Amino acid sequence: MSTSPAFTASPFVGKTFGITVAKLTKKFGRTTVLRDIDLEVKPGEIFCIMGPSGSGKTVLLKHIAGLETATSGEVRIGEYDAADPETRNKVHLALVFQAGALFNSLSVYDNLALYPREHRECNEAGIRERVMHALSILSLEKAANKFPSDLSGGMKKRVAIARALVMEPQLLLYDEPTSELDPVMSATLTEIIATLREQTAVTSVVVTHDRDLAFAIADRMAFVMDGRILGVGRPADFKNPTDPVIANFLNPVIDLKNPRFKQLENSHE
Amino acid sequence: MNHLSAIVGHIGGTLLLLVRTLKFIGTLPRQWARFIEQCYLIGYTSLPIVTILSFFIGSVLALQSGYSMENFGAKQFIGTLVGLTMARELGPVMVAILIAGRVGSAITAELASMKVYQEIDALTTMNIPPERMLVLPRLAAITVMMPVLAIIANLCGWYGGALVCEYTHTISVDSEAYFTALKEYMKPHDVTDGLIKAEVFGFVIVLVCCYIGLNTRGGPREIGASVTKAVVSSLILILVLDYFVTKALLMS
Ligand SMILES: Nc1ncnc2c1ncn2[C@@H]1O[C@H](COP(=O)(O)OP(=O)(O)O)[C@@H](O)[C@H]1O
Ligand SMILES: [Mg+2]
Repeated sequence: MSTSPAFTASPFVGKTFGITVAKLTKKFGRTTVLRDIDLEVKPGEIFCIMGPSGSGKTVLLKHIAGLETATSGEVRIGEYDAADPETRNKVHLALVFQAGALFNSLSVYDNLALYPREHRECNEAGIRERVMHALSILSLEKAANKFPSDLSGGMKKRVAIARALVMEPQLLLYDEPTSELDPVMSATLTEIIATLREQTAVTSVVVTHDRDLAFAIADRMAFVMDGRILGVGRPADFKNPTDPVIANFLNPVIDLKNPRFKQLENSHE
Repeated sequence: MNHLSAIVGHIGGTLLLLVRTLKFIGTLPRQWARFIEQCYLIGYTSLPIVTILSFFIGSVLALQSGYSMENFGAKQFIGTLVGLTMARELGPVMVAILIAGRVGSAITAELASMKVYQEIDALTTMNIPPERMLVLPRLAAITVMMPVLAIIANLCGWYGGALVCEYTHTISVDSEAYFTALKEYMKPHDVTDGLIKAEVFGFVIVLVCCYIGLNTRGGPREIGASVTKAVVSSLILILVLDYFVTKALLMS
């Protein structure tokens, strides 16, 4: 299936946006989730963010999407403030949520058609073409009339990706896009992200645990740990990481005799 | 003190939601399908229960007033009493309570679940204001349906009263006399006052329930908490507003 048709979005006429994160700190009550984050994503780049779960990746992505407001510091998309609602009228942004965030009261087809319909971008025939094309890329044609509650986790994720593609965004944010996909679909997604960069002016930020995905497509990548950036660089820079934390994240050592579990073993005897 | 500032904050938030929603009023024609769907959900599906309940309220009103007016020999005025009470007070209040229970709760549950499962966030990133797509059609639908429901409640209540008067032998006022009394002392503004009240209640209920739903925070548990909060707030608002709106209408 990795030979599925490449995404042939109409080349977006317009600007490409970079992202600047400056001294971003976020606290929820007393817990600090992001500490002094500085990041620069260049226009048109594929930027991967990796890190253990709970390290603040989703919260960082939400700041870029303007869904959270910073405790201090700021996020800019091009020259616009990401937290300002007006920015959404200037930058086409799509976010693939970690859990999909599909509209449960709408069919898969209507989930995808909602954006072009609400923004009156084209007539129903044009919308149909766009929606069916996006569905076919993710092999979802048969699911068009199903409702989100009838889909598996992986299918929901694919619908969420398709919904983002229909939006033809200038800035595409993925939150762990392959976490529920099978290896074939993951490969397809890798192709989609790479092809989109070739054909359109999109800037992509991909939060992922998937080493294969990150090393296959990233122009640059960053490691996040405990709300801090541990390192930023090209994939080649991380082939043999010197930082022991990053090294262990990328190539975890599996110790079947780990003493931490000794007690667990004993309790079974 | 904390409670007070929280309440003031919620009132401000609710008014802000109203302003933001009304800004999109021009989009109503192209949201026709959503508006009709909400009219169906809010109005049509409430019809059976509104009909049955108002019928029985009118009936019991006639029964009680038959019993108490017997002493004054004023049985011929039962029609007036049932007619006025239904139109001015019980019709609008009862419909409002029903709407709070079955429509308000459903609206809050739906919007709260959309909030908790990040559908609202998804709308926001898609630059589709929830006020336009979710709040406006519901507010428009309740504005149209509330007077309709109140009129139906009045009619059912009046006929319920008439039936009881005619067929309860301790009362035995025939329906002709009943409706003559009902028409004689009731003025059109008695009915329109009631409809205005119903309109105010319905609008406030839907607005408040939308606000509470959209401001749900946390996990799925909070959906239930929000629904409870929405219904309780609606009931309190109905009864408090009832006093003030009635007073204002009586003065004008
Ligand atoms: N709305 C919130 N309120 C309080 N804490 C939160 C909230 N969202 C996230 N957190 C906390 O922030 C931390 C980072 O979360 P998240 O960004 O989701 O991690 P991940 O890197 O796995 O995506 C976690 O400890 C989480 O508990
Ligand atoms: Mg996450």
